[in-house]
Amino acid sequence: MQFALLIYESTEAFAARKSGEADSYTGAWRAYHKALVEAGVFVGGDPLAVPETGTTIRIRDGKRGVQDGPYADTKEQLGGFTILELPSLDAALEWAARCPAASYGAVEVRLLDPQTRRRITG
Amino acid sequence: MSGSDEEKVHRTIERVARESYGRLVAYLSVNTRDLAAAEDALSEALLKALTAWPRDGVPQNPEAWLLTTARHSVIDAVRHQRVVSASEPTLQLLQENTMEPNFSTEFPDERLKLLFVCAHPAIDPAMHTPLMLQTVLGLDAARIAGVFLISPKTMGQRLVRAKTKIRDGGIGFEIPQERELPQRLDAVLDAIYAAFGIGWDDMAGVDQRGRDLAEEAIWLARVLLQLMPEEAEVHGLLALMLHCEARRAGRRGLDGRYVQLSEQDCQKWSLPLMEEAERHLVEASSRGRTGRFQLEAAIQSVHAERARSGAIQWNAIMMFYEQLIRISPTLGTRTGYAAAVAEAKGAQAGLAALDRIDPNDIAAYQPYWAVRAHLLQRLEKSEATNAFDRAIALTEDPAVRQFLLQRRG
Repeated sequence: MQFALLIYESTEAFAARKSGEADSYTGAWRAYHKALVEAGVFVGGDPLAVPETGTTIRIRDGKRGVQDGPYADTKEQLGGFTILELPSLDAALEWAARCPAASYGAVEVRLLDPQTRRRITG
Repeated sequence: MSGSDEEKVHRTIERVARESYGRLVAYLSVNTRDLAAAEDALSEALLKALTAWPRDGVPQNPEAWLLTTARHSVIDAVRHQRVVSASEPTLQLLQENTMEPNFSTEFPDERLKLLFVCAHPAIDPAMHTPLMLQTVLGLDAARIAGVFLISPKTMGQRLVRAKTKIRDGGIGFEIPQERELPQRLDAVLDAIYAAFGIGWDDMAGVDQRGRDLAEEAIWLARVLLQLMPEEAEVHGLLALMLHCEARRAGRRGLDGRYVQLSEQDCQKWSLPLMEEAERHLVEASSRGRTGRFQLEAAIQSVHAERARSGAIQWNAIMMFYEQLIRISPTLGTRTGYAAAVAEAKGAQAGLAALDRIDPNDIAAYQPYWAVRAHLLQRLEKSEATNAFDRAIALTEDPAVRQFLLQRRG
């Protein structure tokens, strides 16, 4: 089964990314990523740039709407994602609890939807 | 009734609910074996108390009031499904019980049977502790789910399944026979200790939820001791948990920093808890049957001794671990042994002890990597960095993560 860990981070956590390599933010993430790879469960994933750099498009009634952001109206924003191959939700929750973001932000565990993907990709 | 009186009544209800929950559930389910129905009836009775007691005053015997009220709703529930013929004997049993002398007299404490049911070999061992927390202590499924890192929905379903099995699977509410008692008691002790361990590791003394769970486990052990005062291992388990609990204040520095056991300020340890632990350990050893929990408590007792002597007798700890490995060669025991060997005989010997553990078992076992990292660092080996990384990645505790990141350098 493939699970997505959706990483939610606060503005302060986004800011911590820029600090040096020896910093605890980078250090903790580096160790965590290495453990995922060594355990053979890492499928993919990436951090996302800060939400303010995003641009959101909606087409409604034939009109194109373009917005900057999202801007932080909630405390935590989507900051990245990791896809893991694991045998069960229990195992996914275990890895999510070890994720550095679990103790400074939030980690949402979501099953991927391969049936819908098959329908779409044919 | 004034606001403060009402508050007092609410506090009384809370206290009675906490202290009597297990006794009432046990007594209500001992004949029907239907834990879910007993719990439902009790929650209903507690709800009724919330309106009746502030209005009519707290009854003379609140426990008996709850029992009578709960029993009526169990009988009502059974009447409702009277069409189901299987419920007839249940109804009869309940009515027979109602004929008993007044509830204001003491009713028998059936919690021991309930503890043995929760840790019955026919029940998935992973559910032993959750069942105990719910039926004996009244914790709700969402809270139990949190501490076991399982989704609340799943935990709810698993609890329901376990209770259905108890009701329909012919699992008797009884004290096991002499012959099978040691094994069955072990399962009960394991389940209580698991609750303590989760409360301990998970929250590492900071988070209120974890703290509560460790306290709940001590409460369970006290209940068990009250019911089986002759069992050495029950004393051993309580001694072990009390020794750990005694050090709660020492586990964190002022800034929330993680502090290793051997570096903790003994001034912060609780003397009364340590003394109580020692009394139980003496009580246990007077019975001449050693066991896993007594040995683990003895190891903690040696650490506690530092408060008096200022030194840790690592040789003694190593010897207790050697005995412990013979009874219970778990990963935790073997890792603890290696750490003790490293202190008693040097890092190289400790590392050799770690190397004897099967590599397949330790991939995700955090304490192993933490000990390994420290020993490699002490020997100035470059592999230390990798071991630190693994230990950092496997911890859930931000304070421990920070501590390891700093140590790694």
